[in-house]
Amino acid sequence: MAEIAPSARHDPEAAAATRRYFWNRFLVYAVLALFAVIYLAPLLVVVFNSLREQSDIARNGLISLPRSFRFDAWAQAWGTYCVSGTCEGMKRNFFNSLWMTIPATLISTLLGAMNGYVLSKWRFKGSEILFNLMLLGVFMPGQISLMPWAFLLGKLGLTNSTYGLVLIHVVQGVSFTTLFCRNFYVSIPDDLIKAARIDGAGFWRIFRKIILPLSPPILIVTVIWQFTGIWNEYLFGVVFTSGQQQPITAALVALTAGGTTARAYDVMSAAVLIGALPPLLIYLFGGKYFVRGLTQGAIK
Amino acid sequence: MSTRDLTVPVAAPATPWRQRLGTMVPILVLAPSLAASFIYVFVFTLWTLYLSLSSSSLMPTYGFVGLDNYASLWANRRWNIAYTNLFLFSGFYIVGSMAIGLLLAILIDQRVRGEAVWRTIFLYPLAVSFIVTGTVWSWLYNPVDGIQAFVRGLGWTDFSFALTANRNTAIYAVIITGIWQSSGFAMALFLAGLRSVDPDLVKAAQIDGASVSRTYRKVILPTIAPIFLAVAVIQIQFAIKTFDLVAALTRGGPGVSTTFPAIYVYDLMFQRGQIGEGAAAAMMMLAALAVVLMPYSLWIVWRRRAEGRNG
Repeated sequence: MAEIAPSARHDPEAAAATRRYFWNRFLVYAVLALFAVIYLAPLLVVVFNSLREQSDIARNGLISLPRSFRFDAWAQAWGTYCVSGTCEGMKRNFFNSLWMTIPATLISTLLGAMNGYVLSKWRFKGSEILFNLMLLGVFMPGQISLMPWAFLLGKLGLTNSTYGLVLIHVVQGVSFTTLFCRNFYVSIPDDLIKAARIDGAGFWRIFRKIILPLSPPILIVTVIWQFTGIWNEYLFGVVFTSGQQQPITAALVALTAGGTTARAYDVMSAAVLIGALPPLLIYLFGGKYFVRGLTQGAIK
Repeated sequence: MSTRDLTVPVAAPATPWRQRLGTMVPILVLAPSLAASFIYVFVFTLWTLYLSLSSSSLMPTYGFVGLDNYASLWANRRWNIAYTNLFLFSGFYIVGSMAIGLLLAILIDQRVRGEAVWRTIFLYPLAVSFIVTGTVWSWLYNPVDGIQAFVRGLGWTDFSFALTANRNTAIYAVIITGIWQSSGFAMALFLAGLRSVDPDLVKAAQIDGASVSRTYRKVILPTIAPIFLAVAVIQIQFAIKTFDLVAALTRGGPGVSTTFPAIYVYDLMFQRGQIGEGAAAAMMMLAALAVVLMPYSLWIVWRRRAEGRNG
């Protein structure tokens, strides 16, 4: 820029180049802004509607600026709104999701870290084949496992329970977490492990003293990936739980399935946001790790 | 290579018994996950395969009926709609989100200010569940309260935008929402690819006098060709598994017009009590995934080997 600007006064060609540069920049930002509006609009619409009066929404439609700000809809959606007879709002389902997601995330991540450690630093004959076998779990469509799970959960007495969903998510998630951790641990130099072994450190000691301290980057990626994935999951939730046991995704579908009656968009908007908030917050605060998980999970 | 040596215990003074246990630890640690994955991948698949060959209706039964369920599946008009929708959706969804994703990635790659902000905006739909996205978009598509009402309110009173109200257009509502949700994902992968292109290559092209668009077309995009394939494969996977989005957005309707294979499986297994045929449909989903993923993973393996050979 600094070189172009002074010469522009004399040189018409350079002036044209400056102008072209300016229009290029303008175009770049204009297109980006257009898409930003398209991406943000639905979120803004829901946020606004959760703060508007239902009468205002009924009169002016969903897409309109709020004339008043009130949090009644949030309170109702959280604690008192009635869905098919019970008037407890989303509170219970929110906690169902939380008590499903937290244990499933922690257990699958811990297992993944240990598996990854074995598969990268304690390889044995056939371990690569076993690893590839576990990888197949990443691609399995949930539909294949529905009937077997139904049978197993029935046998274990875990039908319609959060524990059942935890079990499913751990089994399904462990192939992901193993993949993430194994690929990360492969890059830790083997010499480090060898030296520790010569010093007499064993399997667990090396894990605790060498591997775990190096692990935070990958563990954060894995936890974020698992948390958002499990929180957002719907198929198993809707198939294996009902009513008060449902995680929030399934409850949201039940809530918004309302028939022909006037729809309480204000409460439904607040409910949707309650369901979206935990992964959104994680995304906003751990965005870097979220994206890293995404690209790593994808490229493989 | 050196990892192989590690399996020979180095710490010497230990009883043979302890030593043997020591070498067993890694396998013991791996065993529970391995067993679970094995059951999940193989036993469950064979189980569902068997159900698909059985006369199961309301409850699983194990009377063998051969390929009857597959025959009645492929004769079913609704299944026909389901896989036609899948093809239509996959095509538009993949091309659409790749085109938008690439455009956004290239724009962001122009050393824009506030790159992190733009990226955050384009990627946030991916953090949110399909249930949330589908629900919100179903409201926006609603002709009485949503976009149509809004534009009419602005003064264009003939404006019509009621995709989800019509059997023939509802699938496009699913497509648009799918693209909205995942073009940010394509953007993230493309951007990572653009950043990995050797800067000297780009510089050389510029010194040769190539314009920006020519540099992209002839130099940069060809070098990230594998990313196009990766994005496409991942998105076909998403498409084949599409369930939540449709469940929240159209619930398969109007009528059965937006049925997808995954919706069909769910419906047959849990709403209509036709477990056998539902299992057959689930096997077809698995087959579709295999058709896409097997050649891709073979290609990846082949490429890695080729790279290994060439240095």
